[in-house]
Amino acid sequence: MKEFGYQRASDVSGALALLGADAGARFLGGGTNLVDLMKAGVERPSRLVDVRGLPLDRIEPTADGGLRIGATVTNSDLAAHPGVRSRYPALAQAVLAGASGQLRNMATVGGNLLQRTRCGYFTDVSRPCNKRVPGSGCPAVEGEHRNHAILGASAHCVAVHPSDMAVALTAFDAVVSYRTGDGPGELPLADLYLPVDGTPHRETALPQGALITAVTLPPAPVAALSRYRKVRERASYAFAIGSVAAALDVRDGVIREARLAFGAVASRPWRARAAERTLTGAPAGGETFAAAADAELAAARPLPHNAYKVTLMRNLVVAVLTGLTEEAAR
Amino acid sequence: MTTAPAARESAVGTARTRVEGRDKVTGAARYAAEIPFAGLAHGWLVLSTVARGRITSLETAGVLAMPGVLTVLHHGNAPRLNADYIGLLGVPPDPTCVVFQHDRVPFMGWPVALVVAETPEQAREAAEALVVRYEEEPHDTAFTRDRPDAYPVGGRMPAETRKGDMEAALAASAVVVDAEYTTPEEYHHPMEPHAATARWDGGRLDVVDSNQGATWIVGELANLFSLDPASVRVRSEHVGGGFGSKGIRAHQVAAVMAATHLRRPVRVVLTRRQMFPLAGHRSATIQRIRLGADTGGRLRALEHRSLSHTSTVHEFVEPSTGATRVMYDADAHHTANLVVRLDLPTPTWMRAPGEAPGSFALETALDELAEKCGIDPIELRVRNEPERGPVSGLPFSSRNLIACFQEGARRFGWADRDPRPGLRREGRWLLGTGTAAASFPVMALPSTAAVTAEADGTFTVRIAAADIGTGARTALTQVAADALEVAPDRVRMRIGDSDFGPAMIAGGSMGTRSWSWAITTAAGELRERLVPGAGIPPEGITVRSDTTEAVGALAQMERHSFGAQFAEVAVDVTTGEVRVRRMLGVFAAGRIINPLTARGQFTGGMIWGISMALHEEAVRDSVSGGHYGADLAGYHVATHADVPHVEAHWIDDPDPHDPVGIKGIGEIGIVGAAAAVANAVRHATGVRHRSLPIRPDRVILAGTAGAGADAGAGAGARAAGEAHA
Repeated sequence: MKEFGYQRASDVSGALALLGADAGARFLGGGTNLVDLMKAGVERPSRLVDVRGLPLDRIEPTADGGLRIGATVTNSDLAAHPGVRSRYPALAQAVLAGASGQLRNMATVGGNLLQRTRCGYFTDVSRPCNKRVPGSGCPAVEGEHRNHAILGASAHCVAVHPSDMAVALTAFDAVVSYRTGDGPGELPLADLYLPVDGTPHRETALPQGALITAVTLPPAPVAALSRYRKVRERASYAFAIGSVAAALDVRDGVIREARLAFGAVASRPWRARAAERTLTGAPAGGETFAAAADAELAAARPLPHNAYKVTLMRNLVVAVLTGLTEEAAR
Repeated sequence: MTTAPAARESAVGTARTRVEGRDKVTGAARYAAEIPFAGLAHGWLVLSTVARGRITSLETAGVLAMPGVLTVLHHGNAPRLNADYIGLLGVPPDPTCVVFQHDRVPFMGWPVALVVAETPEQAREAAEALVVRYEEEPHDTAFTRDRPDAYPVGGRMPAETRKGDMEAALAASAVVVDAEYTTPEEYHHPMEPHAATARWDGGRLDVVDSNQGATWIVGELANLFSLDPASVRVRSEHVGGGFGSKGIRAHQVAAVMAATHLRRPVRVVLTRRQMFPLAGHRSATIQRIRLGADTGGRLRALEHRSLSHTSTVHEFVEPSTGATRVMYDADAHHTANLVVRLDLPTPTWMRAPGEAPGSFALETALDELAEKCGIDPIELRVRNEPERGPVSGLPFSSRNLIACFQEGARRFGWADRDPRPGLRREGRWLLGTGTAAASFPVMALPSTAAVTAEADGTFTVRIAAADIGTGARTALTQVAADALEVAPDRVRMRIGDSDFGPAMIAGGSMGTRSWSWAITTAAGELRERLVPGAGIPPEGITVRSDTTEAVGALAQMERHSFGAQFAEVAVDVTTGEVRVRRMLGVFAAGRIINPLTARGQFTGGMIWGISMALHEEAVRDSVSGGHYGADLAGYHVATHADVPHVEAHWIDDPDPHDPVGIKGIGEIGIVGAAAAVANAVRHATGVRHRSLPIRPDRVILAGTAGAGADAGAGAGARAAGEAHA
């Protein structure tokens, strides 16, 4: 494999300076995805700037009642945090549904958001891939795509985003904070990931050289009653084939507020806004839930071998929302 | 000899932790890629990126100038090898390991070059930088039901067996099952990847390797490089798993070639990704079974036809119908193993080759017949218990299948089972139970052993056995202790070195039996030589054995282990999730030497059966002809969370014709396990899944019995194309 330099940053400005000094440099968080990609030859950085030691490892309440999660908080610490578990339980569940205990101990929140797709064509440098080599083609459209996108994809790329954590964060309107040499900036998580269109290699709206410093969860009372459910091809240690993060506020049988996001169906965590619109103000029940799922999945464009995902997501939405409604009634 | 035999307890039959366990958990045990050598160079294989064609150029100049690069070996400069021989296992070498002899590329991942450098990192970087140009040709990797170029292939058994008039027997049968079953490409990747270091030492070729039989590898390397076998030594002290994959492979041959060329030690290690095309696999299968029975379930007709694929360069058959020739009889009985040659890597022996996929088809078909006849699946097997080999007509050495079912049914609670499908629900889960039979041949092959009485009162056993993680070293220590009538801690067991003399491989569930035979023979002769009270010279007293004659004198019989598998599953048909809740297996598999490690062998096989039923499947990209997701993130095996309560039991079943009573336990645990799970899924949901693995998408699309038809290949229906995917 390609030889690379390694430096450890101790503060944010130092990290930015180290990265800026080398056009081939990359930030290293837990390394649970980047190092694998380096072994596979997909990523070939000249230098790694290790940011895991930066003082960004705190989870703190915000003035308005939300939570600010430092970028180097590990997945394990995020899932174990009492405030996350009580106020955003779907987030803790999503994190714990991902990877293994060892990986969660290493993986960071910032790195999790920026992990790359596990599409088997992307990770195999002997094959074309528009995300890896722009313009080379997308073999998944004609080839293997059983676990590829049904929503928001293009003919140029049908890969899905692998994160569980980001699905829950998307449902809760998380905002990403970053720093560049020019100063701090913010992006709603929903806008962090760019549409696929004809440029699947351009994945995020982060400015060049930006370092994610934190993810902020605004206050969301609805999130207190929330669920993350993930379906995968085995019981643990596999990426989702479909997942749902959902929160419901039901009073007197009527849905006052709903949050819904899908995982493993698109190039990014998929906020199901059409479904949310259908749910809001409607009576809580199976018919409403199915109608909400159908409203969102009307935009689905499955490929020949992943049409099952439409059925799966519809069933999952109904099951998760039904479960939440039953819990609300208790 | 000072031990009083009367005071000594038998070591065989007692649970013992591994004699090398402490070394393994402390890291003192060194594996093949960990043993240091002065001046070691590192080779990295370059594999083809086309599925069929010809190498037109290798641009080596730039690579040779890269840091640390010592040489690039390829078909243009490699020495010629001799591939015209039959190896220890009775087959010629797979050309995949006869590296760099021509410019043809017969499959994606074919070895085209070896880059050798001072460090593994330099070798890898240079190997990845090597530009290889190909004249690409259209490839054919389509594994489908009706290939006109499929042909019957024998091997260790006849390609076809046939008795009676099949069509007449089917026409006369009150109940008929006619269904197609498919299994996908499966891979047996041990935790320890393949690794070999080769060097010339005092005029001898010395290879430190990870393999399933040092004798086997010596023979292959001596033939390939035209060397006197006595001038080749292969050592393989610790092996981190094999499962059939660790025979002669491209890495050993490339390492020897480079060490010879460079005159310094060279190590070649395969990556996980490289193991997919180079370490062998189980072919996908498309199997059709036709059963005809009377209303009481007694078989009149049994036809089992299996198609598997091999490469265009080497003939290998997955003999899925072998067990059918043993398990059930019928007036009309027809079995056939067929092969089609495709532009795919060569398959090989993978744990229970033939029996594993074959038992999925056969034991699912039996379950279908039981349901059609309205008979309990165990009772159906009782009614079809043959008295002699259905095809051979030979008597069974022992056949305790029904005893396994009875004991298993008692322990599992089978008697309370309501056979009707789709009735049991627990929350979102539908629950069901299933059962299936298992069998595996009992074999032995000649081995030699040397047993030395040391002057200090201890004993040293030397045998070129292989412990591939099974606990063989420990079991052999127990066997030797009993044969010598001493405590196991007085026996030193040395294995994994070809200089100890020829011995059978760890394979075919016959390693421990074959080696124990040689050890007990030598130990018995040694005890006769030892005079009570007389001293032992400093060099000790050594007796050697060779079991060629004794093993060859075994009478022709149907010799098999048997077992009964039980599974309980939960299925959520809305999400497609299938979870095994418990498994139970009862086996009649000869005398059990070490209950601790034996249980691991049985449950390990059963857990593999869970993987086979629900998870394992290598996905092949039809466009490129290569693998998709060729790593352990893409190729799923069961995780701990997928493995519930798994119980293995055995009944008393010593082999009457083995000196120790051993039959062999390495493979039978997987046989029938996938069928038991699939039959339980049927019982839970009412849907019959005939294509493995039973993936969520297949479960979702199939729904429940009320919603539609059966899933998978079905009765003469669609989906053979899915088998190769």
